[in-house]
Amino acid sequence: MKHLIALILGLACGGACALAFLYYNPLTSQESLSPLSVSRGEQFSLMYSAVAGDSIVFTNDGESRTHPHPVKVLQLWEAPIRQTDVLVTMLRDGRNLPAGIGIKFSSRSERTRLLNGEAIVDSVWHVYLPERGTLMIEQSENYWSYLRDIVVPAHWSSGDSWRGNWRGTITEGPGALGTALVHGGSGVFAGIDFEAIETLAAHAWSATDGAVSVEGQILIEMPTGSAELAD
Amino acid sequence: MIRTFIIGIVLGIAAVIAGLHYFPAVDQAREISIVTVTPNGGNTEAFHVNIPMDRIMIGASGQSEALPPELEWPEDPLFGDARTELFKLRNARDAVVGVASRVAARDAQAGDIVEWVLHLPARGSVFITMNPAPVGGSRVGSMRAGTREFDDLVGRVSERWVADSSDGVNAGRIELEAIFVSTVFDEDENLVDVSSEEEAE
Repeated sequence: MKHLIALILGLACGGACALAFLYYNPLTSQESLSPLSVSRGEQFSLMYSAVAGDSIVFTNDGESRTHPHPVKVLQLWEAPIRQTDVLVTMLRDGRNLPAGIGIKFSSRSERTRLLNGEAIVDSVWHVYLPERGTLMIEQSENYWSYLRDIVVPAHWSSGDSWRGNWRGTITEGPGALGTALVHGGSGVFAGIDFEAIETLAAHAWSATDGAVSVEGQILIEMPTGSAELAD
Repeated sequence: MIRTFIIGIVLGIAAVIAGLHYFPAVDQAREISIVTVTPNGGNTEAFHVNIPMDRIMIGASGQSEALPPELEWPEDPLFGDARTELFKLRNARDAVVGVASRVAARDAQAGDIVEWVLHLPARGSVFITMNPAPVGGSRVGSMRAGTREFDDLVGRVSERWVADSSDGVNAGRIELEAIFVSTVFDEDENLVDVSSEEEAE
């Protein structure tokens, strides 16, 4: 009996040690330098609020922490789309003026490997920028740092919330330098392929309601010689 | 007893690592893809949207009835001539397999725009730009880009509205027929390159 109890205690301790190592593993920390920060190309940014309540429409399976908005929006409860979120939001330019409408489809990815510090989400943006054209942005996002630095501490907190300043690049591919691929659809972007990254700046997060104050930014790099597109 | 405890620790570490390695954290539900092979024309796949059942959102200025209820669409004149819609997307067996967005705009600078993004979580996404002018009751467009399973494909897509008069006003379905052709061909090592043999002779 004593050996059985010792074995169970050992298993529990070993499991806890392994999880602690995964959580504190410094090798899975987030890249601090954006792949586009050393680029010479023209760039423009699109900003949005990543809080569901600030969006035009946000929907998911209806059972997640983040509630759909508006309340009566159709929910994605069918099995093939149950692990997908859709966000429709107004995009603002660098001067904080309305620049366009963005629709983001995000699905949890089967390439997620928690052992490697990879909490992957496959997402695409369908963006309409009036008087300029349309874009599709495809990317793999890694939310491991976001989970580790914000979500887990919020659950540990006695107030079930997190407050602070967190900024990180969530884009992890499929571009060679860990960038998102942008495909121009119409207008001045028609037929052009370029790169982008998406960053999040979080200030408050609730364990019961999800993001409370989180801003997103899509930084898009134009191909060389197309500076007029970024205007 | 200490030895048993240490063995337990090692087993616990191994169990967590093995569990995280072998059991998927995410397992997307899949419907069987219903693909028809077109002779010398690639693979044809049909999707549709049942209206009004599958419509998630209509984003347009001056809507008399908002969908979803309580939708606050930005009344900025910048978006005056744009219509953005969200749908659930169904396959030929009428099973929901994804979500889709449709953007239609009459833009002074960018011209007339009709575009779709089809997002199938287990497979990937497709970006389609349509010819805004309908021909014979349908619009035809081309696949501008694809992700994951659709990454190496090119193709054409047609969009057609089929009204269902029995279900009342504005009921029906939007049919999307996609013809995908792969841009990647595997070379079969067993095949003989006739042209190189002829050159050698």
